[in-house]
Amino acid sequence: MAKSNKPIFWSLFAAGGTLAAFLAPVLVLLFLMVAMGHTPSLLSYANLHAFAANWLGKLFLLGVITLFLWHAAHRLRVTLHDFGLRQDPVVAVVVYLVAAAGTGLSVLYLLRI
Amino acid sequence: MSRKPFVRPVSKTGWWLKHPRYMRYMSREVTCVFIGAFALLMLCTVERLSKGQAAYDSFIAALQGPLSIFGMLLVLIFALHNATSWFNVTPKALPVQIGEEFLAGKYIIGAHYAVWIVASLVVLFFAGVL
Repeated sequence: MAKSNKPIFWSLFAAGGTLAAFLAPVLVLLFLMVAMGHTPSLLSYANLHAFAANWLGKLFLLGVITLFLWHAAHRLRVTLHDFGLRQDPVVAVVVYLVAAAGTGLSVLYLLRI
Repeated sequence: MSRKPFVRPVSKTGWWLKHPRYMRYMSREVTCVFIGAFALLMLCTVERLSKGQAAYDSFIAALQGPLSIFGMLLVLIFALHNATSWFNVTPKALPVQIGEEFLAGKYIIGAHYAVWIVASLVVLFFAGVL
């Protein structure tokens, strides 16, 4: 049977899409409140720092950021093809590299908190 | 065999403008741009958080304003579109069989919406909004 890396990227896409469906709207709402000048208490420095200092908080933030990124990367790859950009090998490398870089950076930043 | 087979001309870039169904498909697909942008915003938030209080507070201050409100509303609309379109296909993705019969789609979709509402309320409560 031919080897394929599709299941890996597709499962990250599906996991990220499910997590984004459940959590993205409410998380965006929190940032909308920031934009309107009513920063929720969780997003104050002291509270968010305490949240991210806890390993469960780190795990939550890492999961949300990286799975959203891998979801967006995979769907963007397909969408660029649909918009007429027929360079899939290049597109795939670029979008997955960005997602991988974002994953590495979020680990780095979270470990510094 | 025909030497001049008819090839229907299809625009590679504008094909999705031809039918409302294609446009609905594309509207669902482009949600990824906004989910990805929001993930990068959260990544920036964590980066600023790791740099200390002064860096974080100025970042939060920079996020305020009408342009930011417009951007967040746009992201919110696409995040909601991703959520509803994702949940509405769950009967196809996760069919539940009971004996010979399949559970009606409305129960599977309804269960996802119920979990979505509870999860959103939990986050709002945890964030100190409720």
